[in-house]
Amino acid sequence: MSNIPYILEERPDTGLNNSKLGIWIFLASEVMLFGGLFSAYIFLRLAAPEGDFEYWGSKLNIPMATFNTLILITSSVTMVMSWASLKLQQFDKYKMYLGITILCGLAFLFVKYFEYTSKFEHHIYPSSSTFMGIYFTLTGLHVLHIIGGVLVLIFFWSSQANKMWEDNEALLANRIEVVGLYWHFVDLVWIFLFPILYLL
Amino acid sequence: MSNESKENIEHHIKVYINVFIALAILTIVTVAVSYLDVSFIEAFFIAITVATIKGSLVLAYFMHLISEKQAIIWVLVFTFIAFLILIFLPLISVTDSTGVY
Repeated sequence: MSNIPYILEERPDTGLNNSKLGIWIFLASEVMLFGGLFSAYIFLRLAAPEGDFEYWGSKLNIPMATFNTLILITSSVTMVMSWASLKLQQFDKYKMYLGITILCGLAFLFVKYFEYTSKFEHHIYPSSSTFMGIYFTLTGLHVLHIIGGVLVLIFFWSSQANKMWEDNEALLANRIEVVGLYWHFVDLVWIFLFPILYLL
Repeated sequence: MSNESKENIEHHIKVYINVFIALAILTIVTVAVSYLDVSFIEAFFIAITVATIKGSLVLAYFMHLISEKQAIIWVLVFTFIAFLILIFLPLISVTDSTGVY
């Protein structure tokens, strides 16, 4: 792994290490992925019969979604605090903050599970309406991103992190910064999904 | 953000806490505003404005964009332009003749 150039040190031409530039380019592709679906939402809403989106949107649970928004915001701040703890050479605090971030991610999934199952109990499925189709697509894709993020965070919370910290502190801090950028992006997507799907 | 002094990081932590409080307050504001008796256009404008402010805070402080290198800024500028094209592409269907027989 140490043979890969510019993982930690900055490239002279970009002024960045490749890990950070790489994750930003990946996030740019993610913007286009979600952008396409946001565009689909606008297109479907413009074409929908008047009041249709409002009617189906009113079936969503706003308090649950508000709670989930607060959970994700909390997870974002604990994520960045875990990175700051590494920079301050406080490994125990890093573990604590990352552990809270993982718990927040799991709590988000737990709430989402209840939201989905309550819809299914009322026989509301993606096929029930155009709104529900785009709602399940957008939130489902977002949930997949949360699951992926939580799995990576668990890896960096496991004993592998202790080993990395002993071997190369800067490498672990770099990895957590990169993972953190992804996690904040997932939070960012939810910040826009929440009002568009639940409140409008 | 790669090579920061201890004092700098401690200053950043205070900023992170303030941003977190601002995000929490703005979330409550978004929900409260949705209960106001306003038209859809007004509600849409308010909701998107608050979401944009929240998103900007996350980008600027949690994702450190406020102190990031030019290369990343350019990647995002091009992405933003492509994103706008993608978002407003459906509007072409309003003005073109597709679907008119």
